[in-house]
Amino acid sequence: MSDIVKFKIDGKECVADEGLNLVDAAKQNGIYIPTLCHLEGIKPAGSCRVCNVKINGRFMTACTTPVVDGMEIENSTEDIQELRKIIVETLFVSGNHYCPACEKSGCCELQALGYKFTMLVPRFPYAFEPKEVDAESQKLYIDRNRCILCKRCVRSIKSKDGKSIFAIKGRGHNAMINIDHELAAQMTDEEATKAMDNCPVGSILKKERGYYTPIGSRKYDKEPIGSDIEESVII
Amino acid sequence: MSKPIVATTSLAGCFGCHMSILDIDERILDLFDLVEFNKSPIDDIKEFTKMCDIGIIEGGCCNSENVHILKDFRKNCKILISLGECAIMGGLPAMRNNIPIEECLREAYLDGPSTKGHNPDGIMPNDEELPILLNKVYPCHEVVKIDYYLPGCPPRADLIWNALVALVTGDELKLPYEVVKFD
Repeated sequence: MSDIVKFKIDGKECVADEGLNLVDAAKQNGIYIPTLCHLEGIKPAGSCRVCNVKINGRFMTACTTPVVDGMEIENSTEDIQELRKIIVETLFVSGNHYCPACEKSGCCELQALGYKFTMLVPRFPYAFEPKEVDAESQKLYIDRNRCILCKRCVRSIKSKDGKSIFAIKGRGHNAMINIDHELAAQMTDEEATKAMDNCPVGSILKKERGYYTPIGSRKYDKEPIGSDIEESVII
Repeated sequence: MSKPIVATTSLAGCFGCHMSILDIDERILDLFDLVEFNKSPIDDIKEFTKMCDIGIIEGGCCNSENVHILKDFRKNCKILISLGECAIMGGLPAMRNNIPIEECLREAYLDGPSTKGHNPDGIMPNDEELPILLNKVYPCHEVVKIDYYLPGCPPRADLIWNALVALVTGDELKLPYEVVKFD
């Protein structure tokens, strides 16, 4: 059994298992740290940077930082929220995010963070870079216009013998998500749904499923992202 | 004190944002008590007849006429508001931004399912009376200075109402979670 440690987030006393990452540790204490790339139970990647918190005056990604005893964390100060908002705005202008035409709209975590930070307009110019759509697979299609390269699909969706169905191709500016069509052809409906649900944006979508939930009943139509965490304290 | 004057226009938009202005329902009567309308499709005044306080822009800029009207609004309005996704980020018309313009025109006039074989001379609209298409669709704030942004497709009627009342009365703008949406 691991040791229980005490730590503080914005002055609030918290407890969690030692070594647990800060996002999940905060969650157990009813505190929401925004994330896009983090998935509970999957090895953190620290790629989206939205979960930035301040520890001892330094910015750290909460998903890759294990909690230790006596840690003092700043989470919802004005400068941290502003930094997160800047990251969200950067993601909006670097992809082609046409929310009104997107099947994931209303259930999209990137959009939900835009709502949370009351993003009325990104402060940066739109890139409008051409990206390709891969609709070859029978069950899924990939719209790279919306991909934020969080690698959730790479890390969490595997074939029965443990092979990655998704992978990043290219590096840096040319990096893009790719799908192994052979492995994808063997996916069950449940696995395809999981791939779609794990994608924080509308980049991986299950075919013949678009606009399933009516406007008004979608995940983030009425409640801001993270409000379920802030309402419930597990410990 | 005279009432603040409002002008509105739809550039590369679908008039949905204007429909959403009408969605304030009976509050439109209160609106007419609060403000006076000048150039706008709502009262069908075609040209500016005086300096306006608030200009509401629907739609982005996809052609030379859009740019001309937008600049005219900037010149004749003290405050400009980008209303809706198209004005803010180009919206659905901007989905052509990653397709070469020649390809767009070929699809529309030569190779599209409803034109293929019906345009043997390969005619494309090319009259000096017609506005010229821009290389891509631009958000309004990349063409002129925009003062405020009201997102949505369309922006919720309550958002438009809250914003106009706050602007006219000087009260603080309320932005409840349900009214700020991108779709």
